[in-house]
Order: sequence, then structure tokens, then C-alpha cells
Amino acid sequence: MKERPIGPKIFSLNRYLKDRVGETWMIIAFVMVLLLPFIVGAGLYLKSRILLQEHSIWTLLVSGNWNPQKGEFGLAPFIVSSLWVTALAVLIAVPVSLLSAIHLTQYARKWFLNAMHPVIDILAGLPSVIYGVWGVLVVVPFVKRLAEWFDISVSGYSILAGAIVLAIMIIPFILNILIEVFRTIPEELTEASLSLGATHWQTIKRVLLRKAVTGIISAVVLGVSRAFGETIAVLMVVGNVVHIPKGAFQPGYPLPALIANNYGEMLSIPRYEAALMLSALVLFSVVLLFNFASRIAIVQFEKRV
Amino acid sequence: MKLNFRKTEEYFFRLVMLACTVVIVAALLVIIFSILKRGLPSLSWEMISQKPKGGFYFGKEGGILNAIMGSLYLAIGATVIAMFVGVPVALYMNVHILKRKYMVNTMRFLLDLLCGIPSIVYGAFAFTIMVMIGLRTSLLAGMLTVAVFIIPIIIRAMDEVLRTIPRGLMEASLSVGATKGEVAYKIFIRQSFPGLVTALLLSFGRAIGDAAAVLFTAGFTDNIPSSLTQPAATLPLSIFFQLGSPMEEVKNRAYAAAIILTLIVLLLSVASRYFSRRYKKHSIKF
Repeated sequence: MKERPIGPKIFSLNRYLKDRVGETWMIIAFVMVLLLPFIVGAGLYLKSRILLQEHSIWTLLVSGNWNPQKGEFGLAPFIVSSLWVTALAVLIAVPVSLLSAIHLTQYARKWFLNAMHPVIDILAGLPSVIYGVWGVLVVVPFVKRLAEWFDISVSGYSILAGAIVLAIMIIPFILNILIEVFRTIPEELTEASLSLGATHWQTIKRVLLRKAVTGIISAVVLGVSRAFGETIAVLMVVGNVVHIPKGAFQPGYPLPALIANNYGEMLSIPRYEAALMLSALVLFSVVLLFNFASRIAIVQFEKRV
Repeated sequence: MKLNFRKTEEYFFRLVMLACTVVIVAALLVIIFSILKRGLPSLSWEMISQKPKGGFYFGKEGGILNAIMGSLYLAIGATVIAMFVGVPVALYMNVHILKRKYMVNTMRFLLDLLCGIPSIVYGAFAFTIMVMIGLRTSLLAGMLTVAVFIIPIIIRAMDEVLRTIPRGLMEASLSVGATKGEVAYKIFIRQSFPGLVTALLLSFGRAIGDAAAVLFTAGFTDNIPSSLTQPAATLPLSIFFQLGSPMEEVKNRAYAAAIILTLIVLLLSVASRYFSRRYKKHSIKF
């Protein structure tokens, strides 16, 4: 019997090289992605340093004086606007998606849930500028009429309009996670509760919601970080007036809109650029903070349940 | 008495929940309907087949071919770049360092963070780097920026799919003499192919629809870019700029452009559904 040349067939140089190259590229790419958040954070900090050396970070964040010509860069109007818009959007989006997710997973027929998937996908996939166009066409006039109902005369370009548009934008993301969360809760829990005589809603209230807390937290955090950084759609409907907004019907000027409206032209003024970079840094830090907070919250809740 | 209350509560919440679902579906329908209603009258073949001519932004003739082509170039380029960086990372996480849970979990946390960073931050960051190295607004700069911002999305989507591949498949491959690299590039990628296609289409959709990241990096022009160093117009920005015009004709055109963008996104969504179903047949079942 002829001996088969096992050695080179199984481990040829070619194969070895390919393997090395493939793996080296993997490691390079992995390290690049790993470092990316640190590079972005450090870069934003370095760029906003000029301003941070002159004023303390605290005065920049809480001062309401935005007067670039005089060298006053208080970011408070923008931060407050961002908080308003985000908080309102999340307040609208979370209950709606939570109730809808419960309905879809606990009550609705299978075909209905399946039919909802494309709806969620399309809502999630629509570009933000489309939401902006819709906001200008539908939401702004709606808010205007709503305000008239309360005897307030406004243009409709307001915090509330921004929040409604944002809410619809983040609903698909929140809903998607929540459906997954409710689906993975073991059916035995529901059955046990129902067999003890609880109604379906009581089961949801006392059993399912408690089991789903961690999932709900991560869904909300995702929604918040998406809402906080959304630029174009909000920019188109929120009015962009520099002041500290005091109500939902007033116009606002969120941080991303500030960057989008002023970047590029303002490069000639180093301090202005630093101020814009500082607002990018604020956005970055808020997202970072929220991610950490949700991680901690989830770990805590998992310990308890 | 008690039971009655419980029953009423049950019915009440059922109704509210149904209403919430209906609101979500209605929102989508209203968005599509309102844009169609305003945009359809101005949508014409001329609009999608011609570049803007003189006076286009005052309501004269021309079309938005520059933006359509610019967006397509940009999104395709960005997706390809992101694929070559993102897919190996996802494979690496699920094949090579599968056992080092600490590393994988840290990476997943960082990826969540990266996905959460708003695209405007990426855009502003990229712009400062461009200024630093002297790169002007160009198709290339736009592509790279968008690529950076969709890489985490691709990795996350691929990671979700790769995680579901049973350990046995890797062990079987290793036991017949495959290297880990081969397991990743030959076995795992084939097994997760439907997921890969969906991930790519998803990030392509994000790339084509994003305006904030390209606002400072890709620039805007009336021409179709013929090289990587030229600036490129993009559809979202084209819509945004035209909508800012005080003239009614130009505004209507923005709505028509919005229809085109919506159609592209809808097409992507249908395609991703189709492909993921079609290629699922070829993966090994367990």
C-alpha cells in the first residue's frame, strides 16, 4: 500500500499563512474597536480643553449666558432643552411600548405578532430626516392646535413637537427589546399564577412585570441614549431658540442641534469650537453614564430576583 | 364585588393595551401617508434622472440624481469598509476568545456604548480629525465616518447571531483538524450567513439614512462624485436643505425626495426579510 503524504496536505504553508493573516487582522480590528470609545472621549476632551482651562466645568454647564461674541459659553439652555425633549419622549414612548409589548406577547394572536414585526422593522429603519419631514407636516400643526386649545398661541415648533417625533422614533427600539423580554419569561410562571385564581392582568402586574424589570431597564436606557443624541429630526421641529425653556409648548435648542447648526462655520473661532466640542463631550458622557447606570441596575436587580 | 373590580380592571387594561398597539401601527401609516400625499404630485422621472441645473434651488428644473448617487456610493462604501472590520471582530469574539468571558463581556459593554453614541458626535469628532490631517470634505471622509459609526451596529448584529451557534459545531470542526481561523472564516460565517446579510442591510439602511454624521464630512455638491476625494451630496441632507427653502416648489421637491428615501429603506427591509429566509435553508440544523 502506498503511503499517503499526510503531513503537507494537512498543514501546508499556504494554510498556515492564511490562518495567520486572518487572525492578525481579527486582532487588529478588535483592538481598534476596543480603543475607539477611549479615542473619541480623549479627542473631545482635548478639543474642549481651551475652554475648560478658562472656566470651571460647573459654570459652563449651569450658566445660561450663551453669548459667543462676548466669550460667554453657558451651555445650560441647550442641556435643559435636551433634558426636556428626552424626558418627555421617554415618558410617552415607554408606557406605550410596554403596554403594546404586553398586548402582543400575552393577548394577541400569533399572526398579529408576526404581522407587527415588519411594522417595527420599518419604523426602526426609517431615516431620521423622514421623521423630521413628518414632524414638520403633521406634528407641528398638531401641537399648534393643541396649544390653541389651552389658549396658548405658539408656532408649534416646540419641545413637545420634538418629543412626540422622538417618541415615535424610539418606540420600535424599545418595543423590540420588550417583546423579546416578555417572550423569554417561562410560561410556567404565568400558568402557576393563573391557576391560583389571578386574572390575566393581575398576573402581568404582579408576576411578569417583576420578572421583566431588568429587560425594561435596558430598553429604557437604549431609548434614552437614542433620544438624547438624535439630531436632524429634532432640529427640524424643535424651534432652535436659545433660552431656558419653561414649558412643553416653548421652543428649545437641544445639544445635538447646537452642534449641527454651528459646526463648520465656527472653526475660525477656537473658543466657539471648544464650546461645541464640549457639548459633544457632554452627549458622550451622558451616554456613557447611562450605560454604566443600567449595567449596575441590572446586576442589582438580578441579585434580588 | 372584588371579582367585578378585577374583571373591569382586566377589560380596561386590555383596551388600553390594544389602543397602544393601534397607535404604533397608525403612526407608521400616518408617516407614510402624509409624505406620499405631499410628495407624490412633485415626483417625476426628471427628478430622479437629472442633476440639479442652474436655479434648481429656486424651483427651476433639475433633479436630485446627485444626492441619490452620492448616498448610494457613500452607503455602499461605508458598509463594505465596516464589513471588513466588523465581521472579523464578531467572529473573534465568538470563536477565539469565547472562553475569556471577561474580555467578551467588556467588549459587549463597549459596543453597547458605541452604538449609543449619537452620530453627530462621530461627525464632529471626524471633522476635527479631518482638519488636523488636512483632509477636505469628501466622499472618502464621509465613508470613513459612516463606517466608524456602523461598525458597532454590524458587530452587535453579527454577535447576536453567532452566539446562537452551538459549541458542538466548533468542537466538531476543531476535532477534524481545522484551525480556529478556519472555524471562524469557513464554518461560522457560513452558518451565520442569513444573519450577516441582515446585518449588512441593516447597517446599509442606517448609513443611507443618517444625516448628522455626513453633515460636516461629506459636504454637499450639485455634481455626482467621480472620485473619492470629491465632496458628495446625500439624500437626507438634500431633503433637509430643500425643506429649509421658503419656496413652495422646492419644499414639495423635498417631500418627493423623502418618498425616494423611504422607498429605498422599505426595499431594504423587504430584501433583508427575503434573504434571511432564503439562506436559512443552507445552514446546518441542530
